[in-house]
Amino acid sequence: MNKHFVSVENLSKRFPTKSEDLVVFDEVNIGFDKGEFVCIIGHSGCGKSTILNVLAGLDTPSGGAVIMDGTEVSGPSLDRGVVFQNYSLLPWLTTLQNVSFGVQARWPKWDKKKVDEHSKHFLEMVGLSASLNKKPAQLSGGMRQRVSIARAFATSPKLLLLDEPFGALDALTRGVIQDELLKIWNATQQTVFMITHDVDEAILLADRILLMTNGPNARIAESVKVSIPRPRDRSDIIEHPAYYKIRNHLVNFLVKRSGEMSGAAAPTGNTLEVDPAEPDATAAATSVPIKKAAAYTA
Amino acid sequence: MLNTLNGRAILLSMVLLAISLGIWEALNQPPEASAAMSEFEMLMGGADQEARVPPPSQVLEHAWTELSNPFYDAGPNDKGIGIQLAYSIYRVLTGYFAAALVAIPLGFVIGMSPLMHKALTPFIQVLRPISPLAWMPLALFIIKDSEQSAIFVIFICSIWPMLINTAFGVANVRKDWIRVAQTHELGALKTAWKVILPAAAPTILTGMRISIGIAWLVIVAAEMLVGGTGIGYYVWNEWNNLDLNSVIFSILMIGIVGMLLDMALATVAKLVQYEE
Repeated sequence: MNKHFVSVENLSKRFPTKSEDLVVFDEVNIGFDKGEFVCIIGHSGCGKSTILNVLAGLDTPSGGAVIMDGTEVSGPSLDRGVVFQNYSLLPWLTTLQNVSFGVQARWPKWDKKKVDEHSKHFLEMVGLSASLNKKPAQLSGGMRQRVSIARAFATSPKLLLLDEPFGALDALTRGVIQDELLKIWNATQQTVFMITHDVDEAILLADRILLMTNGPNARIAESVKVSIPRPRDRSDIIEHPAYYKIRNHLVNFLVKRSGEMSGAAAPTGNTLEVDPAEPDATAAATSVPIKKAAAYTA
Repeated sequence: MLNTLNGRAILLSMVLLAISLGIWEALNQPPEASAAMSEFEMLMGGADQEARVPPPSQVLEHAWTELSNPFYDAGPNDKGIGIQLAYSIYRVLTGYFAAALVAIPLGFVIGMSPLMHKALTPFIQVLRPISPLAWMPLALFIIKDSEQSAIFVIFICSIWPMLINTAFGVANVRKDWIRVAQTHELGALKTAWKVILPAAAPTILTGMRISIGIAWLVIVAAEMLVGGTGIGYYVWNEWNNLDLNSVIFSILMIGIVGMLLDMALATVAKLVQYEE
């Protein structure tokens, strides 16, 4: 395996039950390069969140390891920022205090003024300069998630983990915050790993989209390259010739192949690299795994 | 005034007060002046017919004289209501804060450690239902000081609600918030201070509010036992003096002080309350 900035190696999660172990996922291998934006899509219960929690150090795998920057992940760290779906803001703190909570933890030696300035800078990037002294309860869901994103980016983690950050937001708000996220990501060049259920969101944001088969025995079946140049704009991106090829590939996977391939052992334990934008790759990728899956389930 | 709910509530309260005081007043008028009783009748307890609960007008008149000079001190058996209340409040607050100093840290330990929770629960379950006054003889024997024994009784009765609420509040802090602390590499002490304490503060304050209420209930009984000073002693002493005016007046004062203590805690609770 070539050197990646973060590599997930042979990760598995099982839960012991009376008869035999329930395998949630098995042989998960992912490599992240520095500055890469990777999305993962899969149906509920395939263990996406568990993978993210293992990356964060909040959960322990049953097998395998996560290696970041040469060292194994063994617990939570400020090097890996997390944005949770339910925002996880501290409700007794104001917007600014929630962000400076993280900044202070990251740089304990900074004085209050520097902490505040740094925090305000990131809140400005997500467009919240006017709500610094509001408590989370006074903010809308979208604004809360922006605070949470600002908190994560403000600590400049080496790897940023987003667990379905826009899952609870309405479509319009979601669009606006996706733009904010792209803006702040462009400015900071973070390495990002994000869980999503939204195909369009994944295409807009990601360099690479990982597709997981259904659980139990889930695995990462494909790694789909999003070969649409950046900066991307939500209105222009749909005009790009590759857009619908990628989109169709993803939807096809979610609707059909994710179920067909579920439970099937990976041919080599390796993830299939796919670039739907390449003329013949689409056909190969959409047809081959089905045959393989059929062969393995039969 | 009748337009708002508050206005109407105040008016209704006034009406109810007037009615109840009116009935009380009407039922307790001095009997018709009767012919002077013979000495024999007097000795046979004829005065019974004259004994009655004082009407509110008399109580209020008495309250006025007491309250206009609350801090006089005319010897061990004759002190102003202010002095008596001050003694009681001092005992309650001393025992109460001593209990808080023990209960809140211990509650954190129980709430944060499932092992300690399981290990200490049997002790709490046995000790908690004991009437605080049952400790009095033992306290008197060991401490050998009635004043401090009363404080100990307050301590032991205030500790349980605070301990149980703190443990409950700490154990039920949302996992997400703990995860926020973990992902920001906060140590155990910092997590306790910066995340768990503010998160559990409303529950802890609920416990503290219950405790102060119980402490104020118990001090009256404790002081009736230990005697000397305090509002509980005062009530019992005035009963022995057959001064029902003073008894009713001090009952009223116990209620008012209890309400003020509760209001003070409610104000603090408001400060740490947060909306999710």
